[in-house]
Amino acid sequence: MRFFLKKTGVLLATLLLVSLFAFLAFEIIPGDPTTMLLGSDYTPERAAALRESMGLDRNVFVRFFDWVAAFVRGDMGASYSYAMPVREVLRGKIAVTAVLSLMSWVLVVAVSVPLGIALVRYQHKPFGLVGNSLNQVLMAIPSFFLGILLTYLFGLVLKLFTPGRFVPLRESVAGSLGYLFFPALAISLPKIAKTARLLRASILTEMKRDYVLTAYSHGNSRWMVIKNHVVRNALLPVITYLAMSLADIVASSIIVEQVFVVPGLGRLLVASISNRDYPVALCIVVMIASVVVVMNYLADMLTQAIDPRVHLS
Amino acid sequence: MINTKDKTFRAGAGITLFMLALILLGALWTPYDPNAMNAAEKMASPGLRHLFGTDNFGRDIFSRVLQGTGATFFIALCSVSLGLLAGLLIGGLTGYYGGWADEVLMRLNDSVTAFPSLLLALVLIAVFHSGKYNIILALGVIFIPTFARIVRMEVAQQKALDYVANAKLMGVKDMRILFVHIMPNILPVLLSTVAIGFNNAVLAEASMSYLGLGVQPPDPSLGRMLSEAQTYLLRAPWYALSVGLAIVLLVLGFGLLSEGLGGDGRA
Repeated sequence: MRFFLKKTGVLLATLLLVSLFAFLAFEIIPGDPTTMLLGSDYTPERAAALRESMGLDRNVFVRFFDWVAAFVRGDMGASYSYAMPVREVLRGKIAVTAVLSLMSWVLVVAVSVPLGIALVRYQHKPFGLVGNSLNQVLMAIPSFFLGILLTYLFGLVLKLFTPGRFVPLRESVAGSLGYLFFPALAISLPKIAKTARLLRASILTEMKRDYVLTAYSHGNSRWMVIKNHVVRNALLPVITYLAMSLADIVASSIIVEQVFVVPGLGRLLVASISNRDYPVALCIVVMIASVVVVMNYLADMLTQAIDPRVHLS
Repeated sequence: MINTKDKTFRAGAGITLFMLALILLGALWTPYDPNAMNAAEKMASPGLRHLFGTDNFGRDIFSRVLQGTGATFFIALCSVSLGLLAGLLIGGLTGYYGGWADEVLMRLNDSVTAFPSLLLALVLIAVFHSGKYNIILALGVIFIPTFARIVRMEVAQQKALDYVANAKLMGVKDMRILFVHIMPNILPVLLSTVAIGFNNAVLAEASMSYLGLGVQPPDPSLGRMLSEAQTYLLRAPWYALSVGLAIVLLVLGFGLLSEGLGGDGRA
C-alpha cells in the first residue's frame, strides 16, 4: 500500500513536471503569437491590447497553473490557426488515434508471444533460423517505410483499401477498422519482431536455471519444460516491456498517420507544429506525454502485482 | 574486447562499410547531376541507363539516393558527435564525482529517456524550427541523456577498481584519471552505444524530414525523398523502394554492428 501511494504521488508530480516542461518549451519559442494572429492589422497598440486580453502579460508560472487548472476542467484554450477552441479541433481525433494504437498493441501482444515461444521451440529448425533473420530485417524497417510498402502492396496492387480515403468512425465502424488495420500493421510489425526477439532471449536465459534441470530429470521433454515451466517466468520482463510499448506505439502512430492520411492526433500535431499553432501542439504533446507516464506507472504496478519477489523502491 | 569473428558483428560491419563506400562514392562522383532535370526521361523505370530509374522531373534516382544517403549520414554523424561529447562530459564528471548533482541529473535523465524520441524531437523542432542545422541540434540534445547515462554507469564501475586507487596514490590528477585512464577502458561499451546512436539518428532524421519538419528544400535527405516518392508510388514505385532500401541498409548495418559489439540493441 505504501508502495502504491508513493508511486501514485510520483506519478502526479511527474505529470505536472512534464506539463511544465512542455509549457516552458512552447513559451521560449522566439516570436510573439500576437504578430501572427493580427497579421496585416498589426500595430503595437493592438498587439499590447491582445496580449492583455490573452493574459500573455502575466508571469509564466501563473499562466502555467491557470493552464493546468483549465486543462483539467477540459478547457484547453483557443487554437491560433482555426478560429475555434482547441477542444473542438481535437474532437474525434483522439478516438481515431486511440483505436489505431490499441489495435496495433493488440496485434503486437497476440502475435509476438506465440512467435517468441515458437522461435525457441524450433530454434534449430528452418522456421527458427529463417524467423530469426527475418526478425532482424523487420526491426530495421522504419514504420513509415513499411507503411509505404503496405500502401503499395495492399492499396495499389491488391486494392484491399483506398489509400487516403479514411472512413470516419461515425460513418462506419467496420469500414474504419478495416482501413486502420493497415496502418496498425505498419506500426506493429517492427514491434512484433522486437518483442518476439526479447521473449526468445528471455526464454533462452531462463532455460539455464536450475529448476529447468529438475524439470528435465522428471522426464519432461524440452517442449514440456518450456510450455509448463519456463514460459511463465520468461514472460515477466516481456509483460513490462509490452505495457511500456503502448507509449512507443502512440509515438509511431504520429508518423504512420501521416503515411496513411489518417486524421488523428499525430497528423494534427505535425500540422500544428508546421503552422505554429502552439496551443494545439502543446495540448497534444501533454496528452501523449501523459500516456507515456501513466503506462510506465501501470507497468511498474503490473510487475509488482505479478511477481511479489520484485521489490521496487 | 571486440570479437571480430562474431557473425552479427561481421554482417553489421559489412553492410556499414558498403554504405560508407557508397557515401564516399556519392561525395566524389555521381553518374548524373542529382539535380539535373530531363523532361525526355520522366519516371523511366530502372535499367542500365538509370540504375534506379528516374523521378517525376527525370532526375536520376541513383545519384539522388547517393547524395541523400550522404546528407542523412552527415546529420547522423554531427548529432551523434554532439550527443557523445556532451554525454562523455556530463556522464564522466557525474559518474566520477557522484554527489547531489549526479542524483539530480540521473533522475532527470531517467524521466527524459522514458519519452519516445520522436515526441521530444517534435517539441524541440517546434522550438528551434526546421532546417538542417536545427535538426542536428535537436537530435544531438535528445541523444545526450542516453550517452550520459551509459558513460556514468561505466565510469562509476571503473572508479571502484584498484587501478584508479593506485593512480590516485601516485598523485595523478582527477581529470587525467578520468579521461586518460578510465575512458579507454569503457571504449568497447561506448562503441556499441555509438553504433546504436547512429541507428537512432538515421531513423529520427528520416522520420522528421519525412514529416516535413526536418531538412528543408533544397537540402537533400532520404526522409524528404521518401515523402516525395510516396506521391508517385503508383507510377514510379522504384523511387520509394530505392530510397527506403538505403534507409533500411543504414539502419540494419548500425543495428547489427551495435549488437555484434555487445550492446543489447536498445540503449
